[in-house]
Amino acid sequence: MSKLLEIKGLHATVEGKEIIRGLDLEIGAGEVHAIMGPNGSGKSTLSGVLAGNPAYRVTGGSVSFHGLDLLSLSPEDRSHEGLFLSFQYPVEIPGVSMTNFMRAAINAKRKYFGEEPMPATEFLKLMRQRREIVELDNRLASRSVNEGFSGGEKKRNEIFQMAMLQPRLSILDETDSGLDIDALRIVASGVNQLKTKENATIVITHYQRLLDYIKPDFVHVLYHGRIVRTGGPELALELEERGYDWIKQQAD
Amino acid sequence: MDALRQYTDLYDAHREAVDAHAPELLNALRPAAREALEGARLPDTHTEGYERTSLEEMMAPDRGVNIMRVGQAFDLSTAIRCELPNVSTLQAYLVGDTFVPTEGLERRLPEGVIFTSLARACELWPDLIKPRLGALADLNDTPTALNTMLAQDGVVVRIPAGLHLEKPLQLVNVFDGTEPQMAVRRLLVIVEKDASAMLLTCDHTRPDTPSCLSLQVTEIWLDHGAQLDFCDMEETSADNARCSRVYVSQHSSSQLRANVVTLSCGTTRNDLRTDINGEHCLTHINGMAICTERRHADNCSVLRHLHPRSRSRQLFKYVLDDYAQGAFEGSILVTPEAPFTEAYQSNRNILASATARMHSRPQLEIYNDEVSCSHGAATGQLDEQALFYMRTRGIPEREARLMLMQAFMADVIDSVAIPGLADRLRHLVEMRFRGDTAVCGDCPAK
Repeated sequence: MSKLLEIKGLHATVEGKEIIRGLDLEIGAGEVHAIMGPNGSGKSTLSGVLAGNPAYRVTGGSVSFHGLDLLSLSPEDRSHEGLFLSFQYPVEIPGVSMTNFMRAAINAKRKYFGEEPMPATEFLKLMRQRREIVELDNRLASRSVNEGFSGGEKKRNEIFQMAMLQPRLSILDETDSGLDIDALRIVASGVNQLKTKENATIVITHYQRLLDYIKPDFVHVLYHGRIVRTGGPELALELEERGYDWIKQQAD
Repeated sequence: MDALRQYTDLYDAHREAVDAHAPELLNALRPAAREALEGARLPDTHTEGYERTSLEEMMAPDRGVNIMRVGQAFDLSTAIRCELPNVSTLQAYLVGDTFVPTEGLERRLPEGVIFTSLARACELWPDLIKPRLGALADLNDTPTALNTMLAQDGVVVRIPAGLHLEKPLQLVNVFDGTEPQMAVRRLLVIVEKDASAMLLTCDHTRPDTPSCLSLQVTEIWLDHGAQLDFCDMEETSADNARCSRVYVSQHSSSQLRANVVTLSCGTTRNDLRTDINGEHCLTHINGMAICTERRHADNCSVLRHLHPRSRSRQLFKYVLDDYAQGAFEGSILVTPEAPFTEAYQSNRNILASATARMHSRPQLEIYNDEVSCSHGAATGQLDEQALFYMRTRGIPEREARLMLMQAFMADVIDSVAIPGLADRLRHLVEMRFRGDTAVCGDCPAK
């Protein structure tokens, strides 16, 4: 059976500068992968490329997502097909309420699959249920998207959206940055509750800390735009202890 | 080229006819207006404050002025219907410059409230009209003088002292007939001491309306403690031209909440001059314009703080797409006699295409140290990061752009105080952004 995600020889540039330089990665259903690496190694670029950020240009390679050519899809179709990116810096959208935002997202997905819009009562019930997963305050629903949210609330809001959209593959881009320990626990618990045999998660992080809560099956080290080392959870602990220099030395 | 000449020539040749079909009180203002126009020119793009809008060009075509006031009977049943959802308004039409009340309007007006034609008001209440008509309008302003020279009718609104009119007054401005025409409209609004009212005016054309020009002058008197919620809305077609002058005098403790809404237009220039003639006044002016294709909207607001301890707040927002042009000239004057003034003005614009243009000129003139004032202007594109964020959640790009444009206008829409109007406006703005013709007459929100 083919993998959920297969990245082969991926190259990508940002403003003419090559950041991803021949990256290979395979992710199977039910797996949790951690991607670690020093600053500037290309972690966030990778997540942006997979989500379809128009600021990044793919110059080579292929990405297959449950059999589809991911790179040929628009960001919205990638979402419909089950890709979700939890942003490192969630964007504030003044004037657009969380409820309208989520309703537009849910109904766009249903339309993509030829279904009718979700009835209002069903939608509100779903909102309520999914909010509980990350203990998100009811008041936030009537507020503008991320506007005036604390750092922790923004990240919980990302996981709430993930719970609403039920993706096949979630990419958590430095979800732990700017979180205190309580918020981290809530976010991680939300991610774990949403885990099934069918979906998969990529956790992009600097620190081992988050991996105490979201246990990875595989740990990859990204350096200079390539995966230079892959191991089990013990690799994260080793990195925490020894830093990245030894990896850099081996790779350079 | 001198567009003004055709109008002064017309007047000089038909002076008697103009007077014969108009009330005495209007005729009395004409000689001074005619004199002011001697040697004057309509502003064009070389005139300061008109860099983007040439009134010379706007008024050059000879559309014909109906000075003999010949007209067919206006059929209300075929007129554009314009109603607020779940709100009953006191409604009348202004067809060209002719006031046409809806059935039973007179009976529904509380005692002392006047909402009728200028001609009739001049005949019935000359003592009320005489000191106020023409007393705010500035004849040094060429379009105002032109209006004063030619105006033969219009509308009077008067709310007697102490009366709170609960139902909104609504005036629907339309053109009748199949020929191009110029409507010279004159409005006088008097809200007396401690009275309050809501007034909605809306300019409509149908897609089949021929190229028309409205030249309107509105004088608004807010006496001590008076309150007016005023929404001036335009929803017209591509070859329509509009030149509107609104003069407001606010006396002590009065409150004005005005919205200038250009939902769609051809070429529009709106001037609003508000004089703060007393202490403790409150003035909120919020405007919005949505322009696509090659349409053109220009708003000019002049606010003069002439007395101490008043507060004003202004916000104008534009969304311009395709080859549309927008302009905003805002000026706040705080005189030495107006300490403890608070005055804020902001202009925010979105250019949705690379070919749309915005010209913004905010100005502050402060002759006083004891004030709190600020102004600012910013023009930009839709937030690309927000757009991408929404798309990663599955919201299609077109829908996401629409939601962001709608969100951009949210604060102006929410500032509309007339019941039901904000809801309808929200709907009309959404339809407008969706590219559907925002025709109030087909408004499903009603």
